[in-house]
Amino acid sequence: MNLIGTWIAAGLTIAILSFLYRDNPLYKFAEHLYVGVSAGYWVIYIWAFDVKPMLIDEFFRQAGMEKWILIIPAIFGIMMMMRWFPNIAWISRWPISFTVGIAAGLALTAQVQGYIIPQIQATLLPLISIGTKASETIVQSFNNIMIIVGVFCAILYFYFSREHKGALKVGSRIGIVFLMIGFGASFGYTVMARISLLIGRLMFLFGVFGLR
Amino acid sequence: MKLFDRLAAIDRRIIYLSVGLVVAIPLILKFKMPIRVSQEVRSAYETVENLPSGSVVLASIDYDATSAPELTPMFRSFLRQCFRNELKVIYTGHLAIGLPLAQFDLDMITEECNAVYGEDYINLGYRPGFVAVMIGFGREIRDFFAVDYKGVPIDSFPMMKNVHNYNDIALIVDFGHGITPDYWVQYVVSRFGVKMFACATGVMAPSLYPYLQAGQITGLIGGLQGAAEYETLVGNPETGTFGMPAQSIAHILIIVFIIFGNIGYFISRRKK
Repeated sequence: MNLIGTWIAAGLTIAILSFLYRDNPLYKFAEHLYVGVSAGYWVIYIWAFDVKPMLIDEFFRQAGMEKWILIIPAIFGIMMMMRWFPNIAWISRWPISFTVGIAAGLALTAQVQGYIIPQIQATLLPLISIGTKASETIVQSFNNIMIIVGVFCAILYFYFSREHKGALKVGSRIGIVFLMIGFGASFGYTVMARISLLIGRLMFLFGVFGLR
Repeated sequence: MKLFDRLAAIDRRIIYLSVGLVVAIPLILKFKMPIRVSQEVRSAYETVENLPSGSVVLASIDYDATSAPELTPMFRSFLRQCFRNELKVIYTGHLAIGLPLAQFDLDMITEECNAVYGEDYINLGYRPGFVAVMIGFGREIRDFFAVDYKGVPIDSFPMMKNVHNYNDIALIVDFGHGITPDYWVQYVVSRFGVKMFACATGVMAPSLYPYLQAGQITGLIGGLQGAAEYETLVGNPETGTFGMPAQSIAHILIIVFIIFGNIGYFISRRKK
């Protein structure tokens, strides 16, 4: 059974890669199959790990009045599905508003507590950082200066309340250099990630065909 | 001049073919290259090494097939390191489609390391609403996972007897290809003070460096390069390490393409 699965996977991989040559029915078949299987898988998974154990089983497992609170998420879930019926699709806005409200409330504290404040703290660095060795002192101090200058100038670039002239222009130009270096690093990592995917697929194919 | 005009009009399929070849040939011929370990990967490795035996670690599987080549070698190495150091692993995640995929690796490594289900590791499975689950774990794991992925009550497993919330978890490791590492840091690390490091795809790694610099995470393993470094430290070179020669040669080719592309662009602009 495993062998059949492996060969199907190999065949589908080749079908997907065939798009690089040109669009073709084999590629279309593999693409549609992937979309369909993923959607079906999600439905089963949500049923098996969410709706059934957390709602239906839980309702029948619990005793007393407490279990009736599960009616609220059940109703919200049904209301969400009203999106399928154009005439009453507006009903789905209520559970969506509820979800968005919770997410916004949670994100607000998390962003401040977990991102903004720690990141500001991490920028409050000494310009001269004394290490145990002279080389350590130089490298660490250089890094600190780069971080401080980089953050300061990148913020200047996004300061739009005044025309970028004079010192502000110089600062924002330095800021954009730091931003470009950041984008370049992201692009480099993205290239690495995409090549890694190709490596993974080729390793799999070579394994199937006995080339590795 | 003509050469650059021709290069500018090159069929994209030739570029695909050349990238395919420079990736395929090193893999078939099994090229090798030395792996230099970076500080961020070493910090991640040492975080696990410094945990006392018997500590509970939570592995969050937040990737699927689209990122498996990068994250699978990290996950395997992590499991090997944990079981070698007699750590207890809680396996869960926030990507329904990713958990069964990584379970192949979990099953493989637990068998290799003779790890016993319920004593050395547990598979909690998946629950939707990941932020709610992350925060809810701070109060009681059983609020979300009263049973494991097979529906067996988690209280029946020895390793879960005294594990209730983040106070009982020594380390969180997120294997993520999306926003989940950020959420773990922002919602859990900052709120509950749990130690964490991230194993991320190459695409995500740059956005996680600020957390590393701020000391919010103790280490960062990024992309196939990070996987190869981590495998080197754990002492089990596998797909990460074997893929690096192909990766490096492909990078050289892409750099050459970029240089030629830019030269061609500037020459054609000057002509106009």
